[in-house]
Amino acid sequence: MHETEAVARARRDIEICNACRYCEGFCAVFPAIELRREFSAGDISYLANLCHNCRGCFYACQYAPPHEWGVNVPAALAEVRAESYAEYAWPRPLASAFARNGTLLSLAAALGIALVLALSILTNGAGGFFATRGSFYDIIPLWAMQATGIATFGFSLLALAMGARNFWRDAGPRGRIGPGSVAIALRDVLTLKNLGGGGNGCNDNSEAFSMRRRWLHHAMFYGFLLCFAATTTGFVYHTFLNWAAPYPLLSAPVVLGTGGGLLMVAGTIGLLAMKFVDDPVPNVRRLLGGDIALLMLLALIAATGLVLLAVRATGAMGPAMAVHLGFILAFFLVLPYSKMVHGIYRSAAVLRRATERTMKPLGGE
Amino acid sequence: MPGRQQTYDVLVAGGGNAALCAAITARQAGASVLLVESAPKAFRGGNSRHTRNLRAMHEQPNAVLTDAYTEDEYWDDLLRVTGGNTDEALARMTIRASSGVFGWMKQAGVRFQPSLSGTLNLGRTNAFFLGGGKALVNAYYLTAERLGVEILYDSEVISLNLDDGVVRSVDITYRGFPEAVQARCVVASSGGFQANLDWMREYWGDAVDNFVIRGSPYNRGRVLKNLLGQGVAAIGDPTQCHAVALDARAPKFDGGITTRLDSVPYSVVVNRDGDRFYDEGEDVWPKRYAIWGRLIAQQPGQIAYSICDARAFPLFMPSVFPAIKADTLEELAVKLKLDPAKIRATIDSFNAAVKPGQTFDNLKLDGSATAGLTPNKTNWAREVDKPPFYGYPLRPGITFTYLGVRVNDKAQVLMANGQPAGNLYASGEIMAGNILGKGYLAGFGMTIGTVFGRIAGQEAARRARN
Repeated sequence: MHETEAVARARRDIEICNACRYCEGFCAVFPAIELRREFSAGDISYLANLCHNCRGCFYACQYAPPHEWGVNVPAALAEVRAESYAEYAWPRPLASAFARNGTLLSLAAALGIALVLALSILTNGAGGFFATRGSFYDIIPLWAMQATGIATFGFSLLALAMGARNFWRDAGPRGRIGPGSVAIALRDVLTLKNLGGGGNGCNDNSEAFSMRRRWLHHAMFYGFLLCFAATTTGFVYHTFLNWAAPYPLLSAPVVLGTGGGLLMVAGTIGLLAMKFVDDPVPNVRRLLGGDIALLMLLALIAATGLVLLAVRATGAMGPAMAVHLGFILAFFLVLPYSKMVHGIYRSAAVLRRATERTMKPLGGE
Repeated sequence: MPGRQQTYDVLVAGGGNAALCAAITARQAGASVLLVESAPKAFRGGNSRHTRNLRAMHEQPNAVLTDAYTEDEYWDDLLRVTGGNTDEALARMTIRASSGVFGWMKQAGVRFQPSLSGTLNLGRTNAFFLGGGKALVNAYYLTAERLGVEILYDSEVISLNLDDGVVRSVDITYRGFPEAVQARCVVASSGGFQANLDWMREYWGDAVDNFVIRGSPYNRGRVLKNLLGQGVAAIGDPTQCHAVALDARAPKFDGGITTRLDSVPYSVVVNRDGDRFYDEGEDVWPKRYAIWGRLIAQQPGQIAYSICDARAFPLFMPSVFPAIKADTLEELAVKLKLDPAKIRATIDSFNAAVKPGQTFDNLKLDGSATAGLTPNKTNWAREVDKPPFYGYPLRPGITFTYLGVRVNDKAQVLMANGQPAGNLYASGEIMAGNILGKGYLAGFGMTIGTVFGRIAGQEAARRARN
């Protein structure tokens, strides 16, 4: 991590935290602060990515604005976090994708749909495109889907892996990683323990605690996993079991996809709505565009997937599928250059924290 | 003067922990309640927003406290710090009541940190608020609002108009404009007067200009002065305040916990003239930090400098301000604006006086001492000779004042003739001097505020509703 103004600002706040320590019960960030007296830029990046932005510490802070010190840890760490996404991006020239992230995601979505629509119409002819078909693969052949998916998603996975490597070298675990640490980290990631304000939830727009954000994120995340499972099951049925689509309503791909899609819609729409009521002070306004664009993209993937299921036996199936796949194509393309990277870096930060759990705080009462 | 239409059952003067406990308890008992807080919303809560925990008696471990802390041990601790300057009946009542406050506090939204045995020495005696005192204050305000307590910020009680031991009316300013308020009962929970520098000046002279006030700038003692001027019985030495050693770079007000500095036991401390003036290693820091405020207040210019070397530097909790650092003592002295030759001489004679063959142990009273100095350092004395050298400027930091109003066990304010006022109650710092007449016990102020706040709220509501 480079020394930047945001890093210096975050370090100043964190040094105040280290002399205070009142917030140590909220999340993993504060116990991690207490292990150190000096904070390298990499340490600041580690803390920034460990922060889940629950904002408990902001409302509890006696030094928060309008106090002359104006301590605002969630905002300071969010700034560093955003910079760290660009810092660790691979390949390097694409780091600038994080600068106007909302615009980028929106453009990618538009292009993705246009591309898939145009190609589907070209290959099927207008008549074929609007015909009533039984299987998705009649519109776009499986090989074409697979080739595009593997190429785009494969590249994204590579870029994510390289980003993870960059984070790891700069801000990742320092000690040995035992199975205990991995288990604890996995639990904390899957339960979003640190989005809990010490088990009480987040402060969305007031001093009051709420579990809203945690449950909405769970709905979105586990919905996403269910959708992924649905697609994978469909692929397995088709390729290995020779069981051709369409699958009945009570089959695994349809049940998983419907449940996952509904959860994703609920989660993303809920999280979007919260963006409009959240207290702006412990947040960073210029990051809002990228956040909203990603939530919209995920919501639209889920919603168009549900629409596709609903109209699969009608002439609207062709266009519905082209739009759905267009969004997915866009998602695969922008994956390593969107807020989605937070999942990777935050998990790595949580893992580092787990490896440090037995270290003793310096100084203290 | 415009007035509020309603006659309130209970008016609470103040907006910190004690005021909120009184307001919520009175409201829960069915009273209509007006709470008048002099600070704006962002700085509400008085000194409570700088606190962190509450000292509570308990017979066995619970969710927030380890081990046990019995009434007698608690009382012994109080007796020791106050040197007997307490009221045993009131103190024991408070101690006993402290074991029963958690249920009510949790119901009112306060959250606690799980007890962390080992990491916090106070984990046995003190329950830590999750997020500290401001989080507690936030929780109480949310609860008070939800229950329908009417809250005025930026508003101050100017006068509780007493007549024959009864408050007949209350003058307040509401956002700067004067108003008269009618209330059947009044709870005074408006703290001490440590932020009122002119009042402090009466006892300390111009030295107050060099004092740092650790907490809220809104604790000006207006209600306290008003009551003492109307024949209410006073308690506590008016000239005394709780003063600790703070980093001199702290802001004048509201610096809170982060400006404290624990370097003294591992340092050599000199005054402006470069002379040592007290045994830095007399006892462990938690038992000594409270005398250092006074010690520094008695030095010329009310300033002192803590100087240590590279070996001592990692041994203490830093303040929020970076240490002043130099490769030689002379260079450090210049940076601290002290006479380099004098500092060199003081440190040289200190180093020469360190007894040979001692084993340094920062985790206990190690007996490592100097010989032949006035004063000697009696623990953790070790040559200051390993560069780089570190220095911190120190000032007296005022936490609270001891002067207050006398109360009985029903939190009723007593008049000079010993009779309780008819409808006036007090809780918190304004009456803490009844129990803590001297010294300090971590988290005890919050205990007194919570226990007496609840008693005052209950008694005031009962009287108003009868």
